[in-house]
Amino acid sequence: MIKEHKVTCIVCPAGCEIIARVRKNSIIEIRGNRCKKGVDYARNEVIEPRRVLTTTVRLENGHFLPVKTAKPIPRELIFKAIKELKEVRVKVPVKMGEVVHQNVAGSNVDVVSTRSWRK
Amino acid sequence: MTDVVIIGGGVVGCMIARELSRFDLSVVLLEKEEDVASGTSKANSAVIHAGYDAKPGTLKAQLNIRGNALFDKICDELDVPFKRIGSLVVAVKEDDVKELEKLLEQGKANGVSPLKIISKEELFELEPNINSKACAALYAPTAGIINPFELTVALAENAAQNGVTIRFNSPVVDVKACDDGMMMVKTPHETFHSPFVINAAGLFADEISQMAGAEAYTITPRKGEYLIFDKRCSDMINMVIFPTPTKFSKGILVCPTIDGNFFIGPNSNDIEDKHDTGVTSEGIDEIIRGARRLVPGLPLENVITSFAGLRAVSNTNDFIIEASRKVKGFINVGGIQSPGLSSAPAIAEMVIEILQEEGLTLKEKNNFNSRRNRIYPFRELNDEERKKLIRHNPAYGHVICRCETVTEGEIVDAIRRPVGARSLDGIKRRTRAGLGRCQGGFCSPRVIKILSRELGISPLKVTKCGQGSEILKGRTKDFIDSDGDFNES
Amino acid sequence: MRVRELVIIGGGPAGLSAAVEAKKLGVEDVLIIDRESEPGGILKQCIHTGFGLHVFKEELTGPEYAERFIAEAQERGIEIMLDTMVIELTDDRRILAVNSRDGLVELKARAVILAMGCRERTRGAINIPGFRPSGIFTAGTAQYFINIEGYMPGKEVVILGSGDVGLIMARHLTLEGAKVKCVAEIMPYSNGLTRNIVQCLQDFNIPLLLNHTVVNIHGKKRVEGVTIAEVDLNRKPRMETARYVSCDTLLLSVGLIPENELSRMAKVQIDEVTGGPVVDQSMQTTIEGIFACGNVLHVHDVVDLVTIEARVAARGAADFLKQKKKRIRPATVPVIPGEGLRYVLPQRIDLDGALEETQNFFMRSVKPMDRGRLLIQSDRGVVMSKNLKFIRPSEMISIKVKREILQQNNCLKISLCEGSENGD
Repeated sequence: MIKEHKVTCIVCPAGCEIIARVRKNSIIEIRGNRCKKGVDYARNEVIEPRRVLTTTVRLENGHFLPVKTAKPIPRELIFKAIKELKEVRVKVPVKMGEVVHQNVAGSNVDVVSTRSWRK
Repeated sequence: MTDVVIIGGGVVGCMIARELSRFDLSVVLLEKEEDVASGTSKANSAVIHAGYDAKPGTLKAQLNIRGNALFDKICDELDVPFKRIGSLVVAVKEDDVKELEKLLEQGKANGVSPLKIISKEELFELEPNINSKACAALYAPTAGIINPFELTVALAENAAQNGVTIRFNSPVVDVKACDDGMMMVKTPHETFHSPFVINAAGLFADEISQMAGAEAYTITPRKGEYLIFDKRCSDMINMVIFPTPTKFSKGILVCPTIDGNFFIGPNSNDIEDKHDTGVTSEGIDEIIRGARRLVPGLPLENVITSFAGLRAVSNTNDFIIEASRKVKGFINVGGIQSPGLSSAPAIAEMVIEILQEEGLTLKEKNNFNSRRNRIYPFRELNDEERKKLIRHNPAYGHVICRCETVTEGEIVDAIRRPVGARSLDGIKRRTRAGLGRCQGGFCSPRVIKILSRELGISPLKVTKCGQGSEILKGRTKDFIDSDGDFNES
Repeated sequence: MRVRELVIIGGGPAGLSAAVEAKKLGVEDVLIIDRESEPGGILKQCIHTGFGLHVFKEELTGPEYAERFIAEAQERGIEIMLDTMVIELTDDRRILAVNSRDGLVELKARAVILAMGCRERTRGAINIPGFRPSGIFTAGTAQYFINIEGYMPGKEVVILGSGDVGLIMARHLTLEGAKVKCVAEIMPYSNGLTRNIVQCLQDFNIPLLLNHTVVNIHGKKRVEGVTIAEVDLNRKPRMETARYVSCDTLLLSVGLIPENELSRMAKVQIDEVTGGPVVDQSMQTTIEGIFACGNVLHVHDVVDLVTIEARVAARGAADFLKQKKKRIRPATVPVIPGEGLRYVLPQRIDLDGALEETQNFFMRSVKPMDRGRLLIQSDRGVVMSKNLKFIRPSEMISIKVKREILQQNNCLKISLCEGSENGD
């Protein structure tokens, strides 16, 4: 079975509409790209798109702390990650960059604070 | 036992309540919404008319003239800003001048004074931005502007200070005469027995009258739409500017507000739904077209908001202010459309007379306090007053609404005083927080916090204008249940 | 009245960047006044990534970008007066501010940098008919509720406007548990970055309806739905295409307006197109000693450019403070936008002021173009030209112009023509 994926390239402002044809998880054709960078981009988007997840978690003082995944995580894990983070409570003080939750959604990526909070 | 029940917390109901609070009486005012002035009283032209519009001999003519004259004293006592800025009826073609002359005669017959027709030159001196085709105008210096909401709140506060009980969220579900000669008024929560019931239910006065078994009449909602301009454009006009009137209405005006903005509107369309305060694009086009005939250079890019109000038009085309001949103790105060706001003080006087005629004994209280102070408007104070105020209460140093410079002190005061604000709209109308050019974008989260703190409720329970208009739907991540779906195309 | 050397109004990215730079340039006494209880401005609530690629060469979230500057400001001993609202500014740089601690604060500044940012356009400004129920939010207010307060403004949302804030909010709302029904955009193209269209809409199957607008809002107490319709070429709704979309929330992302109430009080001349002050190459406004940078000057799409602009303003202010005697009104070269451009900034060049070897000009196109040719003309004809690719109104165009060109001409017009010479 061949599946066709349409990918909008975001590497540069040209925004090429790239078509990637995939059979059994391997790419057999990429077209529509105007440069080579589009090939890599489309491949990643089709095989395993990844995103940095940003959201907030609760601090024990009742406020909300902005956080992000330290690296992009597989896009399909994002809602699982959000659900995990719903239960997280972080103690103050916390520093920017501090890990507040490890290995989110089994992605091997940690979630870190994106700001400091003193009290 | 209750002596008088007033149905309706608009300007008329509150004016009557305040007048009755002078006397040794137990008075209850019932309002179906969560605040006073929630119907016709909050969305109108806010003009205190001079009194030349109504046909001589009508109640409208008589009460407008009397009402207009009473405003200085009432506004002084209640600390409500009121300015007699004067009004102009502008003739933009020669034919209109004849109409102006008719209006002048009518005004004189009604007793409006001073009142005169001014020349083109005089007109342009007063209003340089007026249509260059204008050829004359009828000038009435006694016309004024007011904030009708602020007036209504002030009346309600003063009535409450003097012992009137005000019940919100209390729609009347039944009203009838009982066998003992008393009347019974029922809301979802309470039942009141009283010898006198005053029906000041605005758009719904016909339904209340019918419910009571009193005289039948109909109230038709007549919609008027408005556009409000940024304060930046306040020097466009100086007075209330009307076109030459037609058979149907006083026309679309261009008019300053007491708070320093100006508005255009209203148009005039009879509708069926008494709840339909929706603004239409046709309506907006209509008022822009109309207003441009008066002031061609309207700065439309500076419109900050639009709204619509409903006039309560009776089938008699005059105010209906009378004791029912069918139901003893039931007094109708219906069909109070324009000049209802201008007439309100005189309407209240008239209702008091009717109550006496109907057998209510009035004994003046010796502790009636006619005065009420407004919320300190930080933006209007001078620097010395500001310093003093902040020293006295640091909350006045915390600006919450940047567009209108409204402080936390004012917002807290608006909540804590009698008949205090319970919603975002309540705060907005009492303090102007959220009424400026950003329309609450900046201050509404902050006002929600203050309301939540002062009322001891969760921010989730804070409303825009009463139950059903909650602003926030839940906490973040509350609604996540199933796995989200991703684009798998 | 206390005299301060440099007072910066606003502690967002523009104000913080300008403060740090001014201190670096030797201005000893720098005071930032901010109305909130923490500095950082709008960045505090922009918890998504995409900030810092130019300035820090890495991708940061808004709070991270802000914290780097806040930390630097603290290290350099810059005073930040928080919870303080400036309520008056005069053309001789007297400032009246208010807070709960000190009451009224009266200052005289030797130089002022305006960095008040911008506000969102509202429903009133775009006149959507219908009721005025609860459930209508500007995108930024919704962002504040979600990211700062942890509250959801709605469960089922329609977004009007596809600028970046609207797109980012579509994703945030979805991640936090709401259902975003669609994003309606009145223009035939989105004003957001492609990256945001892909990662905020396409990732979550949120439809982007181009050439669509909201023509009615339903619901008396709370939004119950909206009517959306296609628009014709004149952007007038075609009512025969109207359809009802049920939702409890309408989010407006319909543009930003520089916040210049204080600038107007100080009699600073405002450019009607940008909505911000008219400035020269040092970001000095038409009032001597008052400078401006960031979104108060013109709405930026990338925060990094705000920082860069703020540094220019800081340098301008620092130079101004070093000046020994008052200058007479300088000779200026006006720079005006021609065909194809909405605006050009700076709007004028002060020939007596400091001029770098090359001067950066920033501008916005009136419409998207795949290829365009930028022409700089004086009364002597075309003095410089440049071909550009993939022009979007949402993405600022920048061009460097040699000092000589500025010095040799007494008026410059910059225009943008679709297509390019030689088809290149």
